[in-house]
Amino acid sequence: MALKYDYAVIFPISSGSNMTPVSTQTRLDLKGTWLGFKRLLPLSLFVIAFGLAFGMAATQNGLSTFEAMLMSALVFAGASQFGALDLWGPQVPVVALMITTFAINARHLLMGASLYPWLRELPTGRRYAILTVISDANWAMAAQDYQRGERNLGILLGGGLALWSTWMIGTLIGMLFSTGITDPYSLGLDMVLGCFLLSMALGGNKNPRTLVIWCVAALTSLAAFIWLPPNSHVIVGALCGGLVGAFWLDRNDATGAADADH
Amino acid sequence: MLTIETTATGTLLLIVIMGLVTLLTRVGGVLVMSFVPINQRVEGFINGMSGSVLIAILVPMAWQGDTGARMALLVTCVMMFLIKKPLPAITAGIATAAAWRFFF
Repeated sequence: MALKYDYAVIFPISSGSNMTPVSTQTRLDLKGTWLGFKRLLPLSLFVIAFGLAFGMAATQNGLSTFEAMLMSALVFAGASQFGALDLWGPQVPVVALMITTFAINARHLLMGASLYPWLRELPTGRRYAILTVISDANWAMAAQDYQRGERNLGILLGGGLALWSTWMIGTLIGMLFSTGITDPYSLGLDMVLGCFLLSMALGGNKNPRTLVIWCVAALTSLAAFIWLPPNSHVIVGALCGGLVGAFWLDRNDATGAADADH
Repeated sequence: MLTIETTATGTLLLIVIMGLVTLLTRVGGVLVMSFVPINQRVEGFINGMSGSVLIAILVPMAWQGDTGARMALLVTCVMMFLIKKPLPAITAGIATAAAWRFFF
């Protein structure tokens, strides 16, 4: 399939060498990781603001600086960390904490699975090591790169490291200064991820198959959001969209559907 | 119901539990796929699901959000069609949400 945009057009900040794939065969190296780090750095600056908000909320819920930093380091998933703070108190219900964390983060299961055709070509150790930093933004960019013929997994690892380090920096700043951005909402910062993911979705190829899949995903996720238990909507929408994809194969692409649009 | 007290050790334990559950979600999808034979139908499922994850995050976000949030997504969408560059589109979207919430 024809590529819709060049890298340089999508991310004007990145260097011209990104106009062609860094690697045409699956690999993970330092150069690609560094390029991935640099490409996600502009967006990661916004992540500092989220981290800051988390750090402040954690202080208010009685977590020490060390504890909040440890949570950001090990969990590295903002929404679930805020969710955990809702349950925090002198006593924390363990099963509820596990269910909430799992439900909010279950979208990672699908994100990882969607990159399986690419990740399977890595040695097992590296494949799972790289997954420890998979997150919404670096996954979305990696999935779009894959479509474009990129086979260097540095975007996933480097981008993840950029997000992880800025998340840590933001948490620390939030713990140290309880002033600062007191209301990320009034600055529109709650929309960073939404706008980013939307731009990634629109940057991909569009054809009737994609549009039908999107409509099914939109309607089923909305129905789940309204009628099913909290946090189930991403899973329901993604699985329903996937089922349409499984039954309506992309016949235009002789090399198989994995290289086609998403 | 099992609870853990948020003493120093208790808090550490809770954080480690959260970390492990999240790690499971990160590696679990790939782990399961490694047992599934890849054929055309599975590939169709995977690439259909890939875009659907984005849509399934975005649509309820727009539904639940205030007008500022919806305007942010709308402006991002329009900017992507007009200039086709994500960073300016995202920036315009965020600025729209901030401006809308300031004025209305």
